[in-house]
Amino acid sequence: MVASLKIQDLHVSVEGLPILRGVSLEVRQGEIHALMGPNGSGKSTLAYTLVGHPKYEITQGSIEIDGKPLNELDACERARLGLFLAFQYPIVIPGVKVADFLRHAITNIRNPDRKEGEGLIPMREFRKELKAMMDELGMDSEFARRYLNEGFSGGEKKRMEILQLAMLKPRFAVLDETDSGLDSDAVRVVSEGLRKLSGPQMGVLIITHHERLLEYNVPQFTHVMLAGKIVETGDASLARELHNEGYSKVRLRHPEEAAEEAARASGRSSEANRTAEPASV
Amino acid sequence: MSTAIASSSAAGFSQEVFEHFLSSRHEPAWVSELRREAFAKYTEFLEQPLDPEEWKRIDLRALKPSQFHLVTTQAATEASAASGLEANADPAIGTLLADRAEFAGRVIHVDGQSAISELSEELAARGVVFGSLTQLIQTHGDLLKPYLMKRAVKHDQDRMSAWHAAFWTGGTVLYVPRNVRVEAPLYGLVALAKDKAADFSHTLVILEDGAEATLLEETTSLHATHAGLHVGGVELLLGQEARLRYVQLQNWNHRTWHLATQAGHVEKDGFLQWTVGGLGSRLAHTHQDVSLDGRGAVAQVNGVTFAINRQVISYYTQQTHRAPDTRSDLLYKDVLRDESRVIWRGMIDVEKGAPRTDGYQRNDSLLLSTTARADAIPGLEIETDDVRCTHGATVGEVDQDQILYCMCRGLSRHEAMHMIVEGFFQQVYDRIPVPAVQETLSQAVERKLGLGRDT
Repeated sequence: MVASLKIQDLHVSVEGLPILRGVSLEVRQGEIHALMGPNGSGKSTLAYTLVGHPKYEITQGSIEIDGKPLNELDACERARLGLFLAFQYPIVIPGVKVADFLRHAITNIRNPDRKEGEGLIPMREFRKELKAMMDELGMDSEFARRYLNEGFSGGEKKRMEILQLAMLKPRFAVLDETDSGLDSDAVRVVSEGLRKLSGPQMGVLIITHHERLLEYNVPQFTHVMLAGKIVETGDASLARELHNEGYSKVRLRHPEEAAEEAARASGRSSEANRTAEPASV
Repeated sequence: MSTAIASSSAAGFSQEVFEHFLSSRHEPAWVSELRREAFAKYTEFLEQPLDPEEWKRIDLRALKPSQFHLVTTQAATEASAASGLEANADPAIGTLLADRAEFAGRVIHVDGQSAISELSEELAARGVVFGSLTQLIQTHGDLLKPYLMKRAVKHDQDRMSAWHAAFWTGGTVLYVPRNVRVEAPLYGLVALAKDKAADFSHTLVILEDGAEATLLEETTSLHATHAGLHVGGVELLLGQEARLRYVQLQNWNHRTWHLATQAGHVEKDGFLQWTVGGLGSRLAHTHQDVSLDGRGAVAQVNGVTFAINRQVISYYTQQTHRAPDTRSDLLYKDVLRDESRVIWRGMIDVEKGAPRTDGYQRNDSLLLSTTARADAIPGLEIETDDVRCTHGATVGEVDQDQILYCMCRGLSRHEAMHMIVEGFFQQVYDRIPVPAVQETLSQAVERKLGLGRDT
């Protein structure tokens, strides 16, 4: 049976400030969805909320995988259920070798009930698999011995995210601006990598400003986010339109959200002013 | 065993106890003389405050020396060695290093008494001496006399060194003759067994010109709840072009006081790699001096410290450059949890005759609890031109973004923490090319992460 990642009427606040205001979205295994929208519309908030970042508070609505609610699960439990986020800004973990990290990760993802200290997948088997995957993604196997993201270039970090995606084989992958900050060669490498990996077993949600990643991974669905809501859903042609023409037409079609977007922008500055005043109002 | 207890000396370190102790030792006159001088100094130092520069951050009020006693009979040791080492009741305590490598020799002390002393015949035939100081002072007195507490740890340095020099017991000697290279590591274990026993072990390593060796030492308590006192001394003396790798892993139980005076001297083109592991003890203070005495001498100093609960672990390190073209490189890494405290006060001294010195010191602390506290105080004292001296210190908490990232890859919070802590120490491990030591420290870290209170 095809599994689905189902988001229903999701409201999310960060430090008390509402960011998402009722997002609904369903991604099935085998589907590619693009999520687009101007800066500050809530795309990354959705990504972090999906994986369980403690800073993002769900005030209403639900996230489910295959009918199992995720709201109360931590990031580790969600990952073990098959959810993966390729980070926009991958984190450096000093002194932790890529291979060691991935061996732990893979063992946990494949045996979701594993407790710390229980056996890892056999070294020989793991090494073989890692080597094969690195070859396939055109990565130097020397990377396996380096410390995770330490001293990596922007492109190397993004490729490392794709390698992790490839090794962990999640059911649902969220890619948060995996193509941003890369030169066109690097975008091609990452895009081709993703194309090789996605298939009937993986549902993909691609968050992007650009179109390039989508050329290689043509979405069946394109969603546009504005001021914390998905305001439009279309097919790949919508992604092309947004890429060519920007969001002005979208704003015209959705004046209410556009007004909210403008209010948020000025509200942020007035918010800053307000906190400076005495609280006894 | 009962006779052993009956013939143990009385508790404390009074004149009377000292005289009794001295008469039980049957040592050559020059050794007794050294002890007498040291005891006189100790008495003097007791009247004076400890150097505030070194001690002001350390509270010794709860330490009552009069509660502790030196064990003076061989029988006591054999009994505890047999009962303690073989059938170690508490798996959290005990040796970390013992089974990890093929050692060319072993020296084991329990309660300041030699229990096991062995060296491969091959090394003995090449003139290597490795064994108990107490025994070797009788058989190799002429060899040891010019070195023992003459060049590195001096009895008149301060209260701790005088106390140690007056009452040293047991002890380990490693002597490697000129141009002899010992490939396999040697192993020393210093254990405390009896409740309120004192260990005053002294490690003396002498490498003649061109000699090479690796000595791995660890300290441990055979019982988790027995109180203990260690007032120790370490002397590392390297001749020209000698190379020594020395590791001391301090892993006493949490009821043991660890007060150590340690010093290494490196002659021309010699290389000393000195690694300190601070895991155990209730309160530990290590005074560690590295002195680069000959042109081109190099010392690398590494520290791995992991403090939990209410442990206090303190280091006072000194890198002294006395000759031109010398290099010292110190890297201490500490992880702290609960209400523990780690103090590092480090100094690089460059004397007048040491141009083109390259001195480096760095201390990084990682706090796993907001209630833990790390103090790092680096310092430089430079009396010559044309030197390069750098120092740095960082104190920080575990990065929550790192934790989240690991968890997003299926690691539990605890596993993520473990990985980040291991990674934090990795930079030090990378400098120690002895697999047994890396594995030992790594396993010790693993144990410690599971011990104590949950974060």
